[in-house]
Amino acid sequence: MITILKKILSIGMVTEIYDEGQVPSRFRGQVVIEKNLGKNCIACIVSCPTKAITEQNGCLVIDHKACIFCGRCIEHCEAQQLKHTSNYKLATISGKLSNSIGISVKEKIRNVLGRSLHIRHVDAGSCNACDFEMNALSNPFYDVQQYGIDFVASPRHADMLMVTGVVTRNLMQALLMTYEAMPTPNLVMAVGACAASGRVFSNSYAIHGAVDTLVPVDIYVPGCPPRPQALLYGLLLGLDKL
Amino acid sequence: MKYQETAARDLVKVAKEICHTRAYGLSAMFANDERSINGYFAIYCIFAGAGNFKGIKGIFTQKEELTYPSLTPFFSSAAWYEREIHDLFGILPIGHPDLRPLVLHENWPEGLYPMRKDFSMDTPVPVAQKQYDMVGVQGEGVFEVPVGPIHAGIIEPGHFRFSQAGEQVIHLDAKLFYTHRGIEKAVEGLSLEMAAYQAERICGACSVSHAISYAQAVESIANITISPEAECVRVLAAELERLYNHVGDIGNLCAGLGFAIGISHGSRLKEIIMRLNETVTGNRFLRGMVIPGGVSREVTPKLSWEILVELEKIIEGFRDLIGLLQDNNAFLDRVESTGILTREACRDLGVVGVAARASGVDVDMRRDYRYSVYKQLNFKVPVYTSGDVAARLWVRRDEVEQSVKIIRQILKDMPHKGEKLLVSIPAIMPYSSGLGWSESARGANLHWLMIGENNRVYRHFIRSASYPNWPAVTVAALNNIIPDFPLINKSFELCYACLDR
Repeated sequence: MITILKKILSIGMVTEIYDEGQVPSRFRGQVVIEKNLGKNCIACIVSCPTKAITEQNGCLVIDHKACIFCGRCIEHCEAQQLKHTSNYKLATISGKLSNSIGISVKEKIRNVLGRSLHIRHVDAGSCNACDFEMNALSNPFYDVQQYGIDFVASPRHADMLMVTGVVTRNLMQALLMTYEAMPTPNLVMAVGACAASGRVFSNSYAIHGAVDTLVPVDIYVPGCPPRPQALLYGLLLGLDKL
Repeated sequence: MKYQETAARDLVKVAKEICHTRAYGLSAMFANDERSINGYFAIYCIFAGAGNFKGIKGIFTQKEELTYPSLTPFFSSAAWYEREIHDLFGILPIGHPDLRPLVLHENWPEGLYPMRKDFSMDTPVPVAQKQYDMVGVQGEGVFEVPVGPIHAGIIEPGHFRFSQAGEQVIHLDAKLFYTHRGIEKAVEGLSLEMAAYQAERICGACSVSHAISYAQAVESIANITISPEAECVRVLAAELERLYNHVGDIGNLCAGLGFAIGISHGSRLKEIIMRLNETVTGNRFLRGMVIPGGVSREVTPKLSWEILVELEKIIEGFRDLIGLLQDNNAFLDRVESTGILTREACRDLGVVGVAARASGVDVDMRRDYRYSVYKQLNFKVPVYTSGDVAARLWVRRDEVEQSVKIIRQILKDMPHKGEKLLVSIPAIMPYSSGLGWSESARGANLHWLMIGENNRVYRHFIRSASYPNWPAVTVAALNNIIPDFPLINKSFELCYACLDR
């Protein structure tokens, strides 16, 4: 008992305040286009393993939901017009939280869920990296409970569903049943490139698709996997607590 | 790789000849649709033993029906491979004791075999409503406890059906493959470079191991050698992966018995290693470092120094954590003699990795089937014989020490010549095949690859360490009480994603 107490005291507090963490120099964050060349160079479009880069009206557009942050487009850009930044705050809101539905709905949801959010996790076919990063949110560094957020064992106790992985054929029913078991109002977050875009693994007989092909999604968090701070950003963005 | 060719009906005979001294064991078994190349289907069996691999290729002639005598009655480890081949290729093993669907669940219609080459992605696949029977025990006072596929914690999906007499588990049936993404089919036709991104994403916690196995398969087929510096960087990444897995798993094991301080310290140490991973490779799961032909980034002397400094802190904290566990009788009482896996069961099921070494089976791919620069490194392979949760814990503890030792050696001797870290893959003769392997944090991880025209993937078979070890969990759980199951499961700490693919 004394050794345990000694251990606790010697380590002290490690919990970080949001946004305090450092981003190492090799970290591969948001891909930005420095200058659209306007030429017919499609090296980056062809090189992307998840087809996240497209050309729209002569401009390159990067869909970060599908980006796996591998850096292949940057290596293949002969003109060196693409680069990674250290930005990982790429979560976006849509669905019930978007302004198009009406600000009153959004405010209502935030009033109900904003102070204490309980989350149920569903692995719809992930590689477990996103799951481990969700687990990391409970470690002493992030201590997600300090924001009034916690993970619960049953969808009946949950306000939010965090879905990791591309929805597989074998998990469609489980995802739907979990979603239907949640009380309303509720939110759904698609965690990581598989859940948000469904494009990490090419077309396969065993895959149904992205999470939003089955249940409505309110928050998308890009990343492969998103680092815990990126998940926290997504959660706080959804609750308007930034 | 060379294969002993035989008719599929003689597979059992040839397999028995190879294994009669028990020096070789069945490590992988898969089918391949070679109708467009040779005009037939083939079943490959890979045997490993004595630092060597032997392959046999069972051929179905064109006129033959797609049936063959099952290997399972003689090799228990063939059971799941044969069920998988039956599901995906429609090849029937006659005499198999349990041909329930494994990979494709009851929503998959009869008569559609997705791994055959003539199954295209445009084929409409209706949702079937077949019956799936879990195996249980019937009798007075016996009841069933269904668990999953969605569990209470943040873990991967799997369905477990316990047959209970009181608290005692008298039978456990597991239905897995929920996260089956069909990766083996998805990579077919992709270029070797593109397929590497998916190989790395089969499993999060084994990303490096899969990347290395895949890259080594490509390199052995292409017959290229990568630079010593690149080999060192790969081993560094592989050992960092082992380190964060083992440290995290030991912390997580404490969650199986509600030892909160162990959970906190374990997850704190794991987070420190994950941050180190991000510093070294730019990704917390070490992704993007290992690519076919070499590695993407160098490890500079400055970075080496940073790693060594962090390592000191990590190992000190780790020894403290182990001290907390070793001195705690309540903890030891729960882990000792719980979830025993016998040596005999290990050998029959072909169990690998930590689970095998905790049951007295002295195997480690890094030492026995030498690859990369492991042959120049000095490390020990810990082996325990009690086969219980504690033994698996102590194997991990000792391996953490060994991994730290390996990383120190690597960083000390790593050449910093800045020489070519990446060798380009030459044009490969179509339809050559080969094997790549590595030791992940869970055990032997094998990738078999056949390359088609224009350096594109023709067939990719992935046998991760979790594949042979999952059936062992259902064996180890027997005669334990149901509240100990989470603990037993966590002591194996297998990946669902690795198995399901």
